Amino acid sequence: MTDLPQWADLLISFFLVLGSSFAFIGSLGLLRLPDFMARLHAPTKNTTLGVGSVIIASMLYFSVTDSLSLHELLIAIFLFLTAPISAHLLAKAGLHLELEMTENTRDLRKKPEQYSDKDH
Amino acid sequence: MLVYALQFAFGLFGLSLLMNFIRLIRGPNLPDRILALDTIYINSLALLILLGVWHNTAFYFEAALLIAMLGFIGTVAAAKFLLRGDIIE
Amino acid sequence: MSKLIPAPWWSLFLLLFWLLLQNTVSFGVTLLGLILAVIIPLYTMRAREYPTTLHRPLLAVQYFLILLVDIILSNFNIAAIILMPKKRIQPALIEFPLDVTGSVPITILASTISLTPGTISAELARDGRSLLIHALNVQDADATVQQIKQRYERRLKEIFQC
Repeated sequence: MTDLPQWADLLISFFLVLGSSFAFIGSLGLLRLPDFMARLHAPTKNTTLGVGSVIIASMLYFSVTDSLSLHELLIAIFLFLTAPISAHLLAKAGLHLELEMTENTRDLRKKPEQYSDKDH
Repeated sequence: MLVYALQFAFGLFGLSLLMNFIRLIRGPNLPDRILALDTIYINSLALLILLGVWHNTAFYFEAALLIAMLGFIGTVAAAKFLLRGDIIE
Repeated sequence: MSKLIPAPWWSLFLLLFWLLLQNTVSFGVTLLGLILAVIIPLYTMRAREYPTTLHRPLLAVQYFLILLVDIILSNFNIAAIILMPKKRIQPALIEFPLDVTGSVPITILASTISLTPGTISAELARDGRSLLIHALNVQDADATVQQIKQRYERRLKEIFQC
């Protein structure tokens, strides 16, 4: 590691702490929430933003110490594009397997037959 | 300051990986395990980026990008398999 | 011109992507990127089944910024829900009637729903007229639907004019 100006040091540290806290809370949600559909929320949102924040910190670090470096942005863009898709597919799989949900869940579907993929 | 922040981040990501492993082992269903694997690859990608900052090299970037792409494809393939019992239709 | 560059936005995106991947802007790298940005759309044009046009590019930028802010806010929201007692959260499955049509706008709307506060799009109905949403913690389902309609779907309708 090389010496950094004061502001960069503080800014990078802030993004690192913020990002790792978000990722930690996301994983905590994965462990702690009651049913599969609820657990799906935590990693798709919090972990993605946590990693995005760490990527911003890394971008800042390499831009300050070396020349301008933006290519970490590709990973962030890729993660933000793919997180909803994998969440959607996993939610589909969860509905297809008819996993149990907590008793708090209210089912407000008006036309449930529209969403089942069983053949008629 | 940055050293402490990095150590803090390493610690939290390590704990996150540990919790994901507990979920991976406990299950109770297959989608839960796929979700745990998905989170594990995202967390380990962040660890790789942190390692790049720690060692002050950009060599870990390509590895992180590859993990992001292959992990997504793996998750989609596994979810597809659960949905249809078949990956390529 | 339009024969050589059938999708200018896409070519621009490819060029930027290439430059980001290389992480340098020199003459040789940019030239190779330009050649690739022309060749790849020409070669893969036949595989594009859904031609969509962006009618309001500025509004699309505004949509993106709103989305970015909402993602950050939604994270604090979810973090609060995760840290609160287990018994108190009230998940719900909600039906969301779609006003937008076309595959690309629906895909963008579904991804937006997945990334913003407490909701995940789970399934598209067979007739393609509604989305099934799983919400992590809602008291009033209709209010959630109205909020998504007002905030995102209205803007998407304007951007894609559908």
